[in-house]
Amino acid sequence: MTAGAPIGTVTEPALLEVRHLVQEFVLRDYGGAKGGVLQAVSDVSFGLSAGETLGIVGETGSGKSTLARSVIQAPPPKHGSVIFQGKDLVGLSHRAMKPVRRDLQMVFQDPFTSLDPKWTVSRIVAEPLVAYAIGSRADRRERVNSLLDLVGLDPVSYGGRHPRELSGGQAQRVAIARALVLEPKLILCDEPVSSLDVLVQAQVLNLFEKLRRELSLSYLFIAHDLAMVRQVSDRVAVMYLGKLCEIGPVRDIYRRPLHPYTLALLESIPNPEPAAGKREADHVISGELPSPLNPPSGCRFRTRCPRAQELCAAQTPELRPLGAGGHLVACHFPLSGASAAPAGSQADAEPAAVKR
Amino acid sequence: MADPLLEVSDLRVRFRSRGGVVHAVQGIDFTIEPGQTLAIIGESGSGKTVSAYALMGLLPPTAQVDGSIRFNGVEVVGLAEKELQDHRGRNVAMVFQNPERSLNPTMKVGAQITEAVRRHLPLGRPQAHERAVELLRMVRIPVPERRFHEYPHQLSGGMRQRVIIAIALACEPALLIADEATTALDVTTQAQIMSLLVDLQQELGTALLMISHDLALAASYAEEVMVMYAGRFVERAGAADLFGNVRMPYTRALLDAIPRTDLEPHVLLPVIGGRPPDLSTIAPGCAFAPRCPDAQPDCREQVPALEQHEMGHWWACWHPCGKETAS
Repeated sequence: MTAGAPIGTVTEPALLEVRHLVQEFVLRDYGGAKGGVLQAVSDVSFGLSAGETLGIVGETGSGKSTLARSVIQAPPPKHGSVIFQGKDLVGLSHRAMKPVRRDLQMVFQDPFTSLDPKWTVSRIVAEPLVAYAIGSRADRRERVNSLLDLVGLDPVSYGGRHPRELSGGQAQRVAIARALVLEPKLILCDEPVSSLDVLVQAQVLNLFEKLRRELSLSYLFIAHDLAMVRQVSDRVAVMYLGKLCEIGPVRDIYRRPLHPYTLALLESIPNPEPAAGKREADHVISGELPSPLNPPSGCRFRTRCPRAQELCAAQTPELRPLGAGGHLVACHFPLSGASAAPAGSQADAEPAAVKR
Repeated sequence: MADPLLEVSDLRVRFRSRGGVVHAVQGIDFTIEPGQTLAIIGESGSGKTVSAYALMGLLPPTAQVDGSIRFNGVEVVGLAEKELQDHRGRNVAMVFQNPERSLNPTMKVGAQITEAVRRHLPLGRPQAHERAVELLRMVRIPVPERRFHEYPHQLSGGMRQRVIIAIALACEPALLIADEATTALDVTTQAQIMSLLVDLQQELGTALLMISHDLALAASYAEEVMVMYAGRFVERAGAADLFGNVRMPYTRALLDAIPRTDLEPHVLLPVIGGRPPDLSTIAPGCAFAPRCPDAQPDCREQVPALEQHEMGHWWACWHPCGKETAS
């Protein structure tokens, strides 16, 4: 990929711009496993404008969590730049990062391991304020109470509780309140609803949406399931083995997926309306994610791709625009037009040509 | 029709704890025919896993089990541990949610399968080894002879779950219980494992009981779905009927809360508030009434019974939803 205009940027000034980000880990031989350099994120570029939500979807091992952690510099990436509010975060000292972290917060998958079990809910939510020495004790208490209120927890009955006295959904609300207390611009959400029950999951997804509207927040929303990110995202990026396969506006991705992997992910979603009878085995993509220590040459998806040809092994496909409105795909043989509508999926109900 | 494989009637499970008695399962009835696929769905704490453990005879001594579980006509409730060990594995086997915790990390996978084989079948070491490799091949593990000598940490999550399925099927049980067997897996791996289970079921004629919180998953694979709430079944119907003709408001709420790929961005999901009730105190009336959008005063007075109101469609509700289909 050549340096130049970042891929997937929108016309408005970007809040976050990630350019050619590479993250590597060195593994030593251990047990029966071979060591080597593991490239978890490989040359990923995208932009995110203020008030926008970008969903990032991929299987376990696709590098989506590593990408989020590289954005908050925990740890900093090996190559590339992360430009947040016009400032490159890569190479900033710990001290220089501190004011940046006020605007850049994270919500993790498992709320119980990300909350201190010995602290009360009020103290957990107040901690960022204490760390940044904001307000008096009374100010902080007021702020914490209003935030608990905002995330739907009664401050009087929940403020004094410990994490173990909360349900999964309530604990995730506390984690969200803690992320919000400093009024950040961007929140990185790493599978924030994956460990929750369906009804609680819907409640928390609605909470994210309500907060986005009220506080004009931006999210980088990571999930392993395309259905999960649809409701909260403006654009969606699909990752496979450290690389972006496809990025584009939500409606285009779901109605006209261009990358065979995106289609495979869409077809893996269990269909709640089994009108078409039982599922067919051919909807299932075969095989497993190859080892990131030794990724396939050319296109990394080729070993599982039903459309793979010789070119796919020889040449790495670049992320390139296809169709209108910022829809980009990295594939030599993208799915096109009508054939892209996933058979048996709910997208069938929509005319394939509808554009945003 | 022949006798059912499994006949559960008025199954009740209570746990004694410091906080009092928890009524985890409050009287459920169902039957499974040989080769059938059923699903029990519900939220955490609805009693679905406790019910499955009761079928396996795996509940701890603090649990008091009442009612009857008849497997091929033989009563399971009250069996001694020794007889239960024969029941497990031979009659019914279980695949658990977390493949990491179900395998012994210090034992090669082949040895773990061989152990299960030799526990129940009168086979010598070489034959058991052969059978284990055959089982690995049956669950579509590539190069089974090599995988036999690997440790669980060398396998991916999907592969580990396949090994667990191989162990569960070692003695060709008549019933396989899959307790959230694919919840911890990626969507693509989930689809692979589910299609493997369906194929094996057809090959071996095993009955399958899926335990899941995912209504969409259950309905795409099961013939009949039982929705559980607060220790009771609240609706039971064929998969297609349940989606086309939901009658219990709780099932309706579960269906509405599923994120769908056809929703417009930034639309709020219709969702009910509140939490499932505390099962240590039994309030009169329908357990779902405090959260139910259609609740009437009489809902809080008497528990509605699960009754067959339409052919093959049971529900427990005083004021069922209308006939309109999913919005």
